[in-house]
Amino acid sequence: MSKSLIIVVVIALILGMYGCSSYNGLVQSDTNVQEKWAQVQTQYQRRADLIPNLVRTVQGAANFEKSTLTAVIQARANATGIKLNADQLTPENIQKFQAAQDQLSGSLSRLLAVAESYPNLKANQNFSELQAQLEGTENRIAVSRNDFNGAVKTYNQSVRSFPNNIFAGIFGFPVKGFFEASQAAQSAPTVQF
Amino acid sequence: MNVSFLVSSITRTVRICLIFLLLIAPVGLQAQDTATDDGTTASTAIPDKPNPPRLVNDFAGILSGSERSQLEQKLRAYNDSTSTQITVVIVKTTEPYPIGDFAFQVGRKWGVGQQGKNNGLVLAWATQTRKIFIAPGYGLEGAIPDAIAKRIITNTIVPAFKQEQYYRGLDEATTEIIRRASGEYKADPKDNSGDDEGSGAIFIGLIIFLIIIFIIARRNRGGGNNRNRGGGWGGPVFFPTSTYSGWGNSGGGWSGGGSSGGGFGGFGGGSFGGGGAGGDY
Repeated sequence: MSKSLIIVVVIALILGMYGCSSYNGLVQSDTNVQEKWAQVQTQYQRRADLIPNLVRTVQGAANFEKSTLTAVIQARANATGIKLNADQLTPENIQKFQAAQDQLSGSLSRLLAVAESYPNLKANQNFSELQAQLEGTENRIAVSRNDFNGAVKTYNQSVRSFPNNIFAGIFGFPVKGFFEASQAAQSAPTVQF
Repeated sequence: MNVSFLVSSITRTVRICLIFLLLIAPVGLQAQDTATDDGTTASTAIPDKPNPPRLVNDFAGILSGSERSQLEQKLRAYNDSTSTQITVVIVKTTEPYPIGDFAFQVGRKWGVGQQGKNNGLVLAWATQTRKIFIAPGYGLEGAIPDAIAKRIITNTIVPAFKQEQYYRGLDEATTEIIRRASGEYKADPKDNSGDDEGSGAIFIGLIIFLIIIFIIARRNRGGGNNRNRGGGWGGPVFFPTSTYSGWGNSGGGWSGGGSSGGGFGGFGGGSFGGGGAGGDY
């Protein structure tokens, strides 16, 4: 009687310990994903913040074609309209977010391509520095997305592997979504020097 | 023996143990977080960290020995006084990476800058493709924003490089970077970070070990040879290492500074976010 009680207690203890450390591990990688997601959002926000300046510069320096500019403004509005909290990172939501941002990337690259044919714009110091900032921001976005994917990969691995999947189910750690390289992302603004 | 005493003492230890686990977890987390910033695409095209550590890395062999040591001296002095690490990496080509990717990956792989401050900067130059890139770490993005990096390249480096005045270009560019970055950071007298990283796990292990010893001792004293049943679970095997598997322990580096004759102490583990600007000449 007493021996079986001890065994039960020991098993409960082991399970408790396992559950605890498994939970802590999940919390760790979840927090890491959240941190990386914050980075991604910061960088996209940075790009969104650059655009009004860019649009103003382009408008001021040249008789720029309207449709390209409105496309950029529209895409920016769409992209900034989608805000994802760290607990909403389901694959579908990520895909939606990415689609909106990729549309902005596409219209931005069109704008920069069109700007190539405006000599007074290319000679404009302000414009060339905005271009540099935009390029740096695209790099940062790529890096932060990459980091985010790495964190999600680690997280998803631990959520889906046995026996963590049991604890993940109990504690509520869903699988999270990745950024995928898309057609539009491939043609992100490339700046010619 | 007294079973209720045994049960109550075990539950008490378990409770204490759980509390400790919860207390320790954040410490471990902080230590881990800084260690995960390693580049995700490790590859062979990114040169290994120089050993012995140095700030001017001329893999293309384009600078003369005296130019190299002069530049090294200057950057080293700046690192000594401010802990800001500016490293110059000269390669023939950065293929298959664009030079921007190359620069920040070098920065991450080597850990240029101090951990926590991220005050490193990589000036990359590909001699064959004639490209230059200035990549500041997170902590220097305020002092050297992209537009400034771009300006340094177009106004300082490119004109000098066009006249094949390579040393002059690098010298003036680093001077300009130093001028802009000065006042951002100060050198710490001593750095003792990363000490608490292991202590949490050791502590937990110790507690588990003590509990096991305690249980075994109790059972043995209670008479009856329970060896067979005890054999199933020896040692802290049930501590799942699998949840931690993704966290490479890559930070740190050589913080030991006792190198000979005022040498460069080594990179500090700073991280890079992909900022900066480039140009060609």
